[in-house]
Parts: sequence; structure tokens; C-alpha cells
Amino acid sequence: MSEGAIMKFNKILKNTFLVLVACFALSACATQKVSTGQMQGDVYTGTDTVEYLASGVPDRVFFATNESVLTTASRETLRKQAAWLRKNSNITIVLEGHADERGTREYNLALGERRANAAKDYLMTYGISSDRISVLSYGKERPVDSGSNPLAWSKNRRSVSVKAN
Amino acid sequence: MKNFLISLIIVLIPTKTLSLIEVDITRGNLDPLPVAVSPLSIDEESRKNFQNILKKKNIGSEISIIVENNLRTSGLFNPLNKDAFLQAPDIANLKPRFEDWNLIKAQALITGKVSYVEEKLRVEFRLWDILAGKEMMALAFTTVPSNWRRVGHIITDKVYERLTGEQGYFDTRIIYVAEEGPKTQRVKKLAIMDQDGANNKFLTLGNELVLTPRFNPTSQMVTYLSYFRNLPRVYLLDIETGTQEVVGDFPGMTFAPRFSPNGKKIIMSFAKDGNSEIYTMDLENRIVEKITNHPSIDTSPSYSPDGKLISFNSDRSGYQQIYVMKSDGSNVKRISFGKGIYGTPVWSPRGDLIAFTKLHKGKFYIGVMRTDGSGERLLTENYYQEAPSWSPNGRVLIFYRETKTDSRGKGFSAKLWSIDLTGYNERLVPTPTDGSDPSWSSLLSN
Repeated sequence: MSEGAIMKFNKILKNTFLVLVACFALSACATQKVSTGQMQGDVYTGTDTVEYLASGVPDRVFFATNESVLTTASRETLRKQAAWLRKNSNITIVLEGHADERGTREYNLALGERRANAAKDYLMTYGISSDRISVLSYGKERPVDSGSNPLAWSKNRRSVSVKAN
Repeated sequence: MKNFLISLIIVLIPTKTLSLIEVDITRGNLDPLPVAVSPLSIDEESRKNFQNILKKKNIGSEISIIVENNLRTSGLFNPLNKDAFLQAPDIANLKPRFEDWNLIKAQALITGKVSYVEEKLRVEFRLWDILAGKEMMALAFTTVPSNWRRVGHIITDKVYERLTGEQGYFDTRIIYVAEEGPKTQRVKKLAIMDQDGANNKFLTLGNELVLTPRFNPTSQMVTYLSYFRNLPRVYLLDIETGTQEVVGDFPGMTFAPRFSPNGKKIIMSFAKDGNSEIYTMDLENRIVEKITNHPSIDTSPSYSPDGKLISFNSDRSGYQQIYVMKSDGSNVKRISFGKGIYGTPVWSPRGDLIAFTKLHKGKFYIGVMRTDGSGERLLTENYYQEAPSWSPNGRVLIFYRETKTDSRGKGFSAKLWSIDLTGYNERLVPTPTDGSDPSWSSLLSN
């Protein structure tokens, strides 16, 4: 390769690099928090999979990846559950904690337990006695959506309140 | 247990020759050693007896096929096509014509003889170095005829040991979770099979969810997680008698069990109030000890082979990482510092390495690192894979891999795979159904 050719090649390389950098910046933007109507960040906000314990009382709350923090919407759902449980004082529930498929099985079992307990703690602060609530983690063993995509995973990261009696 | 004993190993001729052929297993072997496995010769009367008992036309050939398959899957040997063999099996076993075997480029030759002696199967075999024109090893043993597949595995172990200088791993079994059904309602059963996929047997019926079976390194006991009565607890199962029991009396989920190296303790996680800690239970005196004490998730514990250290998985730094501590829980040190998150640390039976699962930028890796976290090496990358388990000689890892589903959730599968520590020789391990959570047994004949 002649000197000139090398220079030219370098220039092409430089341009390619700039183009690559630009792409990267764009794609980074694209993965920033987006609200698609179904997800806020990566927390599911849709209603496809939600069932109801009673009219207006959703049975489940959703979590961000690797998180067990309750979102504002989750807390609202749990307050509705607590109100319903106070009215129906004979009912006991199982909180089933779940994780998505993008984690190791054992860690996900622990994570599911942590998520269900986050919901349990919140219900307790709204006056529901701990002996009416049991916790069961399924880890990633019982997905509700079998897809391998971010939306499916967001539906699977959940804690579901199930009537036990 | 009786079934697993191979009675009487007689050494016919002690190994007297100097190291002749040698196979280096510390590097990826791209040039496997050409080896001829002559069918084991058998006299007509013995052949008929075994045909009656085992329904196999020629048990000598069947055993040699097992040896051949084992050698091939090890990736270190290239068993040659039998059509090219010039010498009859019985004559080759007496004294091979080395020129003939040299002609077909064999460097090692395995010959042998099977006979029916007092209702038992007696086998003798020899390993020959073709280039040096010498016998390297000769062994004979006797067992019940139904053990014939194990005979093939034991021969392979002896040959492997003689040629590589390391213990073999062929006379072993794999316990795993057999899976069927849609992803949202998977039916899971405990299953056990020989290392080569033969003799598959289901140990549970699939009525309750079962996960993460692990062998006791010193016996045919297994510990696993069962959702019996919707109470996820660690159980102990004797695979010979089928008896099961819950391990300990914990007021919540116990999971991620493994045996200590001497088989006398179970180490596991216990989850309570959103916090998972590591506990041990002594199987003799039932004493329970709490090992970790931290508000984060602590799970996937695995002992070092000397029992002095424990590696485990914790998210105390914010994300899943691998830690090592003393067996009493003191001196906790994080050892994984690479990019990504790390899980499922498993200590090598040789003591020098820890195998792990890593998630980085949406890909899952099986890798190994030294026990201080240095020398990280990724062996295989895929959409989803985890849960490595070591072969008893610490040279091969078995793990499971799941496939991505399409937008309608179709296309899911879970399969067992194995890969050499070198990163070469990745293979699908055949199972009749889908499979996950494999655990490799110790050598049965030890």
C-alpha cells in the first residue's frame, strides 16, 4: 500500500469510527426509559395478564429487572387489596413471587421471595395481619407469558395475590 | 448398592513400561489420538449365554462400541473405522501384528476378551502402543452380566487414565431435571442416566415441581428442591431405596442445596422475610448453622473440595457477584470483578478453579476463574445457559441451555450440554425429554 493509500484508508477508518459513534449514541438514546403504553421503564403497566380479586382490585404488581421496589402503581394496587382484605377478614392469601427468565434459577427463587415479601410488608403497613399472608416464590418457573422479549419479561416479573381459602 | 459393585479387579500384568504414548489434556486437542478399538473377542458358548441373558447378539462388540463412543466424545481420541481392521479380535488380543495396525495409522490399540464364568461376566482387556510395539496395560475383572455397559465405561476410564495420566469420568451418572410441556406450565421430574445418556430413569412422577438435584460426592444420595404440597423445601433422596426426607425444619423456603465434600452436611439457602441466607445442616446430628448474615440475597453455596472454604452468590454489592468465605462464614471476599453479573459458582473437584454463569450485555456465558477471581476464562456464549457441574476429574463441565422463543412463545427447548475446560469439544448430551439442572456423580467404581 502506498503512503497516499494508507492516508486515505486512515481517513476512511476515521469516518467509519465517527459513524459508529453516532450509531451508538442513537441506540443508547433508544434504550432510555420509554413509555410504550405497556411499560414504564421496564416495569409492566398494561393489563393483559391482570386478574381481579374483586371488582376494581387487581391481583398483581410488577417489578423492574432485578428489583423488588414497589412502584407508585404497585402501591396503589396493594392499597386496594388491603382495603378489600380488611372488608373480607376471613380471607387469607398467598403472595406468589416471580422472576423473568433472564437470571439463574437459584437467584431467581430468592428474588421471587423478596418481591412477594415487599408486597407482604406493604399490605401489613395497611393493617393486614401477617398470619393472613403467606409467601411462595416460584422464581422463573411459572412465567405467565412464554415470549423471549422485554415485554414478556416485564409481565413475568410480578407478585400475585392469590386467595388461599 | 450391590448392583454397583464391580467385584474383583485383578491386575494381570503390572504396568512396567515407561510412559509411551501420552495425551495432553490441558490444551484444546485439535488432533485427537487415532486409536483402534478391536471388538472384544468371545467364545461361542459365552456368546450364547449372554445372548440369552442380555438379548444382545454379541456382547463383546457391544462393549467395544461403548468404549469407542466414550473415547470419541472425550474429544481426545479418534476411534478408527473397524472395517479397516486386518487382524481378528481373538488373535489381536494375544499378540497384535503391530505392522498391520500401524498401516491404518492407529497409535493405540485396545483388545480384549469376554467370557461367561459361573453366571458372571468376565472381561480382560489390553492397551497396546503400536509405534513402540508394546503392551501398556492389561486388566481383568468380573461382574454381574447386567453391568455390561459399566464394563465399557470402566475400560474407557482405565485407558483414559493410562494415556492422559488423569482419572477418568466415564463410569459415572448424571442426575438432572427432565422437562416437558408448555413453558408456562412445565412439568418437571427428577431423572438419572449414565454419563453417555443410556439407562435413563425417572425418579419422580412430575406431580410437583422439582429443581436443582445434586449428588452426594461420596454416595448415591441426592439433594434437591421439591414443591411438594406447595412448600418449597430441600429434600434428601436415596436413589437406591427411593426413600426421601425433608432436610431440617425451616419455617420457609429452603433451596440451592449441595453436599459438603465429605457428604455429611448439606449447605443451602433459607429465605425468610425477603432475605436469603446460607445455612448448613449436619446430616448425622441434625445441627443447623447459619453461615451468612447480611440483608442481601446470599445463595448458590458450593464448598471447596477440602471443605475449608465456601463460594457463593450474593447481590450485596447491588448486583449478583461471586464471593468466597471461610466455612464458618468469616472472611467474606468478593472475587468476581469483570463486566456483567455472575452466578452459580461451583468449586472444581481439583480445587483450583470456580465455574460460574455470567450475564453480560444480554448474553449468558459459562466460564471459569481461579479461586481468587483471577484468570477469568469464558468457555461458551449463548442466549441462555447456566448451572455448570464438574465431571469428577474436573476436566469437563455439564450445564443446560435454553432457546429463545418467538413472539408467540414457540420454539422453547432446554437441553443438556457439555464442554471441556479447554473451551473445546462442546456437545449436546442426549436426553429423551428436555433437560436442565444437571449434576455429575463421582466415579461409581471408586
